[in-house]
Amino acid sequence: MFLDVQDMHVRYGSVEAIRGVSFTLMEKEVVTIIGANGAGKSTILKALMGINRLFSGTINTKFGGQIQNLPPHRISRLGLGYIPEGREILSRLTVEDNLAIGGYVLTDRQIFKQRLDYVYDKFPILKERRGQLGGTLSGGEQQMLAIGRALMLLPKILLMDEPSLGLAPLVVSLVFNIIKSFREEGYSILLIEQNAKKALQVSDRGYVLENGVFVAKDRCQNLLTNENIKKAYLGA
Amino acid sequence: MGLIFYFQQLINGIGLGCTYALVALGYALVFGVLNVLNMAHGDIFMIGAYVGLFAILFLGNSPILAILLSFTGTFILGMVMERLAIRPTRGTHLAPLITTIGVSIVLQNSIRITYGPEQHRMPVESAILSFGDITFPLILIINLVVSILLMVGLALAIRKTKMGKAIQAVAENAEIASAYGIDVNRVMMTTVGLASGLGGLAGVLLGMTLGSISPFIGINFGLKGLIILIVGGVGNIYGAMVTGVILGITEVFSVTFFSSVYRDVIAFIVLIIILLLKPTGLFGEKIRVK
Repeated sequence: MFLDVQDMHVRYGSVEAIRGVSFTLMEKEVVTIIGANGAGKSTILKALMGINRLFSGTINTKFGGQIQNLPPHRISRLGLGYIPEGREILSRLTVEDNLAIGGYVLTDRQIFKQRLDYVYDKFPILKERRGQLGGTLSGGEQQMLAIGRALMLLPKILLMDEPSLGLAPLVVSLVFNIIKSFREEGYSILLIEQNAKKALQVSDRGYVLENGVFVAKDRCQNLLTNENIKKAYLGA
Repeated sequence: MGLIFYFQQLINGIGLGCTYALVALGYALVFGVLNVLNMAHGDIFMIGAYVGLFAILFLGNSPILAILLSFTGTFILGMVMERLAIRPTRGTHLAPLITTIGVSIVLQNSIRITYGPEQHRMPVESAILSFGDITFPLILIINLVVSILLMVGLALAIRKTKMGKAIQAVAENAEIASAYGIDVNRVMMTTVGLASGLGGLAGVLLGMTLGSISPFIGINFGLKGLIILIVGGVGNIYGAMVTGVILGITEVFSVTFFSSVYRDVIAFIVLIIILLLKPTGLFGEKIRVK
């Protein structure tokens, strides 16, 4: 198992936001967690990154062992690349400095340069805008920068939190095309989405989260044809 | 009382202003990065002056050595304070205000009890430099050069160095910075250390320029630094620098033209006018409240 989460519980004060979820991710697999606003999707990702502490449960990775008690900067160095909800670009730093923050732990200038070229190669628009302040980019460009920033450390798993949120329809398609191409390249991705239909179309397996617990899990083609899921999440 | 006199006063004002600016810079750095008002900053300034005094008394009359030691000493003091008094309160707003007031009380009284509450003379060699008719005490020139170098150096370091970029990233969004491998605790500790080092250095520079210090100089300078922070635009280091120099010049000239009795009155009128014209502070920007 590449990533194995067992019985995760997360609390905010006395409120239990995640009430015992277990899920797995294989190498080169794309797994999506869908659910309504407030179901707890982002909380799961933040708990994986160590930003939210687990109340109980374990998180095992093939490449870094148990990580549930590590601080975020150690988890990121082990190979989890985080693409946060709302992109969270550092608005007062330039595009290139934002990428430099993504590659902050790289001490070898040669390797740093290679990764920067790799990201610029994937998103040429970022190279064009390298000297511009992050806050001046359009929503789509910011999303590419957020993805590029996470790629700087060549993460073993990409954690994407609502990458299509707040983007124009055309840009949403662009973002899902990027995810598709990453999938073909063999990235392992955990995708959190409100846009259930599109998320299920680009993923291998899906989990459905309601009020902090999974109410369904299956291969995506089965979820896409499941009547209950269709009614509740796919608007059909 | 010709032009030369006013020129000398202007330099005096800039010298005092640089001290204010260095103090305010410390507040701005800590507030910008940790979102904490460090109420002990004025007393770290005072400790810096005393470290300098002890260096001069026991290690010989070298202003440069005194400056280096007080910077290093207060840098370490700041890091210890972050670890013991600020980090445990992370995530709360009022607690660090109280804990740093506690640190301030401890610092002030530890000097008062061990060394006495009175004014202490700072025996610095006061060589006079003269350029034609214009004369300056050497120490004022050292004060100016060191302060300006430090401020320029800090501004460059924050923009260009890796640690500087990490500090900017943590200031804007600590959660995100940590998710990309930046050790936020280390960055915050370094920031408080740096801010305290600047404050301590301002203390020893002021002590040497004035020639005497007391355990209570931190109260006045701490308060003025705080006011400069607000007038300059909270958390903005350039605002802190410019406003500090404006305050220094205003104070010196209000003594020159009126009387020392009105010094603070006139200085604060100027600052209030700035705030009336620009309520966000000189370099402040409106921010969105989440």
